[in-house]
Amino acid sequence: MSVARYFDEMSYGPAPEADGEARAWLKRYESGFGHFIGGKFVQPAAGVHFDAMDPATGKKLGRVAQGDAADVDAAVAAARKAQGPWAKLPGHARARHLYALARAVQRHARLFAVIEALDNGKPVRETRDIDVPLVARHFYYHAGWAQLQATELADQVPVGVVGQIIPWNFPLLMLAWKVAPALAFGNTVVLKPAEFTPLTALLFAEIAAAAGLPAGVLNVVTGDGSTGAAIVGHSGVDKIAFTGSSEVGKLIRAQTAGSGKSLTLELGGKSPFIVFDDADIDGAIEGVVDAIWFNQGQVCCAGSRLLVQEGIADKFHARLKRRMSNLRVGNPLDKAIDMGAIVAPVQLERIKSLVATGVAEGAELFQPEIDLPAGGCFYPPTLLAHVQTAATVAREEIFGPVLVSMTFRTPDEAVMLANNTRYGLSASIWSETIGLALDIAPKLQAGVVWINATNLFDAAVGFGGYRESGYGREGGKEGAYEYLKPKAWVGRKARVAAELPEAQEKVAGFDLPDLDRTAKLFVGGKQARPDGNYSRAVLSPKGVRLGEVGEGNRKDIRNAVAAARGAEGWSKATSHNRAQILYYMAENLSARADEFAGRVAAMTGASKAKSAAEVEASVGRLFAYGAWADKFEGSVHAPPLRGVALAMNEPIGVVGIVCPDEAPLLSFISLLAPVIAMGNRAVIVPSERHPLAATDFYQVLETSDVPAGVVNIVTGAAKDLAKTLADHDDVDAIWAFSTKEIATLAEKLSVGNLKRVLTDHGLLTDWFDQTAAEGPILLRHAVQVKNIWIPYGE
Amino acid sequence: MADLKIAPIGGHAAQANHVLAGHNAIARNVAQPLDLGWVQGVRVNLSAAERRVATLPGRRTVKKDAQAAWLLKAITCIDLTTLNGDDTTERVKRLCAKAKAPVRADLLEALGMADRGLTTGAICVYHRFVAIAVEALAGSGIPVAAVSTGFPAGLIPHDLKLKEIEASVKDGAQEIDIVITREHVLTGNWQALYDEMRDFRAACGQAHVKAILATGDLKTLRNVARASLVCMMAGADFIKTSTGKESVNATLAVTLIMIRMIREYQERTGFKIGYKPAGGISAAKDVLNYQFLMKEELGREWLEPNLFRIGASSLLADIERQLEHHVTGRYSAYNRHAAG
Repeated sequence: MSVARYFDEMSYGPAPEADGEARAWLKRYESGFGHFIGGKFVQPAAGVHFDAMDPATGKKLGRVAQGDAADVDAAVAAARKAQGPWAKLPGHARARHLYALARAVQRHARLFAVIEALDNGKPVRETRDIDVPLVARHFYYHAGWAQLQATELADQVPVGVVGQIIPWNFPLLMLAWKVAPALAFGNTVVLKPAEFTPLTALLFAEIAAAAGLPAGVLNVVTGDGSTGAAIVGHSGVDKIAFTGSSEVGKLIRAQTAGSGKSLTLELGGKSPFIVFDDADIDGAIEGVVDAIWFNQGQVCCAGSRLLVQEGIADKFHARLKRRMSNLRVGNPLDKAIDMGAIVAPVQLERIKSLVATGVAEGAELFQPEIDLPAGGCFYPPTLLAHVQTAATVAREEIFGPVLVSMTFRTPDEAVMLANNTRYGLSASIWSETIGLALDIAPKLQAGVVWINATNLFDAAVGFGGYRESGYGREGGKEGAYEYLKPKAWVGRKARVAAELPEAQEKVAGFDLPDLDRTAKLFVGGKQARPDGNYSRAVLSPKGVRLGEVGEGNRKDIRNAVAAARGAEGWSKATSHNRAQILYYMAENLSARADEFAGRVAAMTGASKAKSAAEVEASVGRLFAYGAWADKFEGSVHAPPLRGVALAMNEPIGVVGIVCPDEAPLLSFISLLAPVIAMGNRAVIVPSERHPLAATDFYQVLETSDVPAGVVNIVTGAAKDLAKTLADHDDVDAIWAFSTKEIATLAEKLSVGNLKRVLTDHGLLTDWFDQTAAEGPILLRHAVQVKNIWIPYGE
Repeated sequence: MADLKIAPIGGHAAQANHVLAGHNAIARNVAQPLDLGWVQGVRVNLSAAERRVATLPGRRTVKKDAQAAWLLKAITCIDLTTLNGDDTTERVKRLCAKAKAPVRADLLEALGMADRGLTTGAICVYHRFVAIAVEALAGSGIPVAAVSTGFPAGLIPHDLKLKEIEASVKDGAQEIDIVITREHVLTGNWQALYDEMRDFRAACGQAHVKAILATGDLKTLRNVARASLVCMMAGADFIKTSTGKESVNATLAVTLIMIRMIREYQERTGFKIGYKPAGGISAAKDVLNYQFLMKEELGREWLEPNLFRIGASSLLADIERQLEHHVTGRYSAYNRHAAG
């Protein structure tokens, strides 16, 4: 086209990014990439390769190794060999390595950006301006943590060998989010990049080796789902960190149940984008562009559900449609586009089919009349308006450039609609009224909330979900703990169940009999008879019948969970208020110390002194959590923007707790107190063998102003009750400190709603040891961190 | 809308180049009643605006022939300006000569644009030089714009401001760049701003009026947005960022907000208002970003001189160098192009 014609039309014309360097790099590996194991590229054991494709053209980019069990074995072995020496390096040495990686990423920034755009199909603008700079930032930030680890995280040790499985939507960035913290804290890594997008991980491995990263610290095994499954199932892996679909996340949770592997899952979302009538509408519309047309909408935290206040809905939609008509879809290497290609034909088909479903279910479809490149996987920016809450497209993650919209009338209704999803990854709030925006943010079930912004990321700010969007955080100090474990929990021994005593027949005499006490269940603030109306005997170690407790069943758990769900006010109570009540519980327990000591002694056969010490420790523990209630605070992150990110510790919700038999009062208190101190409501199953201290505890609860439903106690067979709790989709977390079997079952059954699971894997905790059983070590699991981004300025 | 007048701004011969049929012929803004609810209802989020302008250069770019064309188009939108205390008759004449022949003929030939009669959008001077410029530009069709109303501070008596406008119009200025009284904005006295602007427009008669907001003095984007709306309601044909004398002149963020207000004004009234960033745009790559913003936020129509002007003095020289580079493949030097 001539200058004169451009002058008349004022169109943009092509603006291709050069890909010569990237093609030359691909050419070097023309014969086929290997895995990166033990510091060098090795060909796959079975000699199988698959093709890496350019989604914008459908052309082959290279041949990539298909990893199998033998390859994974070799990678895990290399990682295991390196882990000890790597962890033993002084933090400063690891910091230097991470710093070198950050610098190396910056030196090769454009090569990474171009290869990423070719492999994934996203615009080179995004890889160049967003992905790669964030990658470097992540390594810099975590170099800092390596430097500070010894002083700032002295009570923690590395987890060990970490298996990391990352998705195709941000191939290199997700590598950085996984690899940087893992390495910083002394772990070694076996990473599997996504089948569709393995190239930048291989380039990274090459560059890391050149930057002097010791052999075996980072291993990259490429392949498909079966390769990932081999990593997940490998007994030599201590932790799995996964980012991807909720479906696969659930499979991984089930597969790793009982293995002792720790797990972080960063899964899907259906995140709300809420626009109030006092928003900067044009600003919010640009927000929508960044929310759902960033990376072709293939973003787990995409703001895919637009909620607009009814009064401005027509104006908003009209302007949005106009804006959509200005979007440019083109070759990923074109520097003048907004959207590139969808990652693969299968994803394109999924998007098409979901949009068709949306239309069939009544949505109003809008797609601007803009040009799409011929061939390749392209899909236009799409709006499905007037979508109802029941519609498939309102509930299922589309993972494409498709926005669904609905309206709301009031702030309450906005919150209700926003939370009407099983996901909880992110949310965006648009309002120029500070009081409104800051009121809504804590009410949203989402791990990340952006106020008047969207899709902001930084290494200093934790990222991760609520609900079925997964658990664990990446970034910030909150993310550090995902790659560490408490020193105090290392070396715990397996819990051994004491022999069951033979029940002694008691021959009644003519003395004045003890006054009968019936221990019931404690549900919704009331003592309740068990639904089945059966009881179970509680025996002393010698087999003397000490009393009977209710035999709780499924329905009792159901009722207890309902009561806990209803006690939502506790989560909103002030921390001062919760502290007062915990202190009051301590006061009332202390007043009856002798009685409880007698009870503990009778149940466990412990000496009088030991039993008294257990009660004293329990009183102390309640005091400790009274103290923590208003001190286990969040933090204010300082990401590189004019604004702040508030990392708030929020209660998880309803927590099921299964208590062990040892120290039946102290373990009960040690697990209950952190849960309620942070504003959760508990359904607690006391020691199956020694439940009477817990049933006696009702009266402490009743006299301590604990609101109804905050603590619910269900006695009975721990395994059956644990099963119902783990299965229950309205239970948000389960803490299983009991047998290995119950721990496994809790992990396995938690997949229904991906409840957070904390277990001791059947290992014995010393409840008298404050470092192992009190404070942040448990409090961290009683909260979930919500990061609220607040850019500001006038 | 009874008194719609079709009056292309400027109206010089170069506009024959604009091939889009009839797009010069836009209805001149008709003042609206001051709508305080609309003014007060404006919401602007600074961080969101900054993100938009920060990412735009990554989203839009032009290369090679397209870039040359966009830069040539920018030249047609330049209000070639001299507003200095040492301006003289000869200085103004030299500038006028440059406005008539802004690019070396051999370069235009090489670019296939020799037959377009390319000129700058206007010449912009103080009142004292209006008559001289009009004479120097006679027959070229290039309009003369006069800064007015006690430029740049705008603090002379109101009646003198009106007299200054009338004098410039009488001397042949077809465009008047007025400055608003910043105090009216800073104190939220929208009625006073509206009244002042309405008077300026009336004093301009057939000459088009550009309202300089002095955005660097207004400080906040909210102030900028509200002042933009009030000036448009009071009849401004163009809204303009700066005098070039404030400590902060045109920025992309301010531009974004002003042109969004132009869009909103058009949505509500149907009138298309022009936009003129001024001050600090001195590099070819900078002006492209302004053009991208105009095209993206307002549309193709706003890339032509009847709706878009750039107040600049040194920008043209940089564009000339870029054009020569495009033609020859070698980097150019200022001394190879006639000084303006």
